[in-house]
Amino acid sequence: MGLFSKIKNMFSKETEEKKEIEINQEEDTSMVEEKQEVKKKSAEEKSVKVYEKGLTKSRKGFVSNLISLTSRYSKITDAYFDELEEILIMADIGVNTIMKFMDRLRERVRKEKIEDPNLLKEIIVDELFIIYVDEEVLESKIHFNTTGPTILLLVGVNGVGKTTTIGKLAWQMKENGKKVLLVAGDTFRAGAVEQLKEWSEKIGVDFFGKEEGSDPASVVYDGIVKAKEENYDVVLIDTAGRLQNKVNLMKELEKINRVIASFIPEAPHETLLVIDATTGQNGISQAKSFQEITNITGIVLTKLDGTAKGGIVLAIKEEVNIPVKYIGLGEAKEDLQPFDIEAYIYGLFKDMM
Amino acid sequence: MFESLGDRLQNALHKIKGYGKITEDNISDMMREIRLALLEADVNYQVVKEFTNTVKEKALGEEVQKSIKPGDLFVKIVKDELTELLGGESSPLSMNGNPATLMLVGLQGSGKTTTIGKLANFLRKKHGKKPLLVACDVYRPAAIDQLKQLGKQLGIEVYEEGKKDPVEISKKAISYAKENGYDYVLIDTAGRLHIDEELMDELKNIEKAINPQEVLLVIDSMMGQDAINVITGFHESLSLTGVILTKLDGDTRGGVALSVRHLTNVPIKFIGTSEKLDGLDSFDPERMAGRILGMGDIVSLVEKATEVIDEEEAMSAAKKMQSGKYDLEDFLKQMKQIKKLGPLENLIKMLPGAKKMGLTNVNIDPKQIAHVEAIVLSMTPKERKNPDIIKASRKTRIAKGCGLSVQEVNQLLMQFDQMKKMMKQMSSGNFKMPF
Repeated sequence: MGLFSKIKNMFSKETEEKKEIEINQEEDTSMVEEKQEVKKKSAEEKSVKVYEKGLTKSRKGFVSNLISLTSRYSKITDAYFDELEEILIMADIGVNTIMKFMDRLRERVRKEKIEDPNLLKEIIVDELFIIYVDEEVLESKIHFNTTGPTILLLVGVNGVGKTTTIGKLAWQMKENGKKVLLVAGDTFRAGAVEQLKEWSEKIGVDFFGKEEGSDPASVVYDGIVKAKEENYDVVLIDTAGRLQNKVNLMKELEKINRVIASFIPEAPHETLLVIDATTGQNGISQAKSFQEITNITGIVLTKLDGTAKGGIVLAIKEEVNIPVKYIGLGEAKEDLQPFDIEAYIYGLFKDMM
Repeated sequence: MFESLGDRLQNALHKIKGYGKITEDNISDMMREIRLALLEADVNYQVVKEFTNTVKEKALGEEVQKSIKPGDLFVKIVKDELTELLGGESSPLSMNGNPATLMLVGLQGSGKTTTIGKLANFLRKKHGKKPLLVACDVYRPAAIDQLKQLGKQLGIEVYEEGKKDPVEISKKAISYAKENGYDYVLIDTAGRLHIDEELMDELKNIEKAINPQEVLLVIDSMMGQDAINVITGFHESLSLTGVILTKLDGDTRGGVALSVRHLTNVPIKFIGTSEKLDGLDSFDPERMAGRILGMGDIVSLVEKATEVIDEEEAMSAAKKMQSGKYDLEDFLKQMKQIKKLGPLENLIKMLPGAKKMGLTNVNIDPKQIAHVEAIVLSMTPKERKNPDIIKASRKTRIAKGCGLSVQEVNQLLMQFDQMKKMMKQMSSGNFKMPF
């Protein structure tokens, strides 16, 4: 089954579910239990809805452009391709990726003798999906260590939302019954330690940090000692924002990694690169540089609740082969969702179906 | 900053320089290359389209066709158009108002708080102003704390009332500034999305209440095509007077810089170039265009040097060099001044042709400089004045003092000796500069 038809199915299921919930809401509150049933049942569709909500703004421009494109052209012409290219570029999908994508699309149109732009819509969605998935089975879950604390390291350039993401992740893990420790590895930026501490208080998990200006590797060292001694399940380590071309700061990150590995050889179990959805082509360079220094296991794409589309993750997946694990859709502790490529593309194309 | 955009443009333009005739055919590959270079630098799609159209039109126009060296003229056209995109003339900060007020706005994580610290530092240092920082980010955890810490580092007062209404805080801050003789009030606001109506209203209310001289939008230079939505979004709600581009010390190609002015007519006023509190430069379009095209930026380099290097000290050091009395004490002083210029990598990049000399990828470890400093500081004043007296036992003591090896101490002493010899040669006039 192609992605396009899958997405169509999702869409029709969702309408049914909406009706169901509406009915439930009309009934008495004694029906709470039943409602919860419905909630569980529709968990999958719910995740789609969250995407939709968060991506509403992102989607608007992109999709209305595609729709108007399709309606304005009765035939596929060069001008049509030019406009399609513009739409994709405006979504920040990597320039290289788009150029290759456009070549493939032109090839298919020629070979399959497609003339109707309406038919091309399906192909566009499918091809975008293929770029991301590339015949792999993608694992978007967090790997937990079964024999001791699971160490998660968050890295990224300045201002992408590392600390906020840690707060959200910690809250989720705490809700899942884990004993969580936050470690303030950003000792450089003014107020960063305090910011993480406030998050820990807000969501009710433990915090470990030293004063600003301390050696981050030593903070991490002591943090892991504490985690081991006091049997924490998860250790979330915040790091200072660093631009990927700053050699000395990247070396510091290497050192932090060595310190972690000296305790638990296979740790950090996850190293998540946080990328701001408004990031343009530089996202590829960020992914490449951080990947060289640390073993990035996934991306957290933040700030998708704005108008930015974060299309650069498609190029990152294609060029550096790092999958997205989570997306950030707001500033509240609940605003973090596991990434789901189908829901993501569905969110972008919803109005087209 | 801009290096890779510059590289690609320079490569594309290099080919055409020798062309005797310009036709639509022989420039089509190059035009495509320029277009991709700009798109990969995140220059706005619309701007790229217009830019390439204008350049092409002019290239095929009469002037170029009649010119003896059409290739050179073409390069000039690209540079002129680029300068035009960057905004033509530079636009300085408003100094009116008593106190002059200024508010910084922007998305989350664009670097507002760090920038406001740099800006206060800039106003005090360059214009002798007495600035007051005002903490109006009442939402992000520890944002007020961050500003307070910056204030402490800079020795600049921060006005804060905790998490109260930002409109009230800014009004009170201004009367506080008036009473206490501050002549510049800088208001830090919380990061927000341009589509968040409630929070945008809050900004409008602050603007209405205090009527600031400057409303500056802080933008991350790594931003992609969404930048235009953000800028127009903020510009529709507020009357922006300028843009500050941050994080230009990354390897971003900074396409935003090439799009802002053209699309919105809001000028870029400053650029953030390092995480240090003096990492803020005024933005000059022509110099920037020169840098993108690899023509260097000597003017900025000289300006920077005159700013931090004490003339008297430099003169006295020069005299000492000539008379051969230059000692390690002078060396230490000079090194401290050079350090004030900021990362050496950044300075090198301003040299014309730095790229061709292969100097742009130089990475200088600040630790090395720190090591040299530590060695000299571990000497006694007597040793610094007269390094010849440093023999084995003194060397061991110095090495212990600075935590480095005797070898490293030796190395420094040798280098210093060579330097002195070179100076003597220079002053006796029989020395040719190596470059």
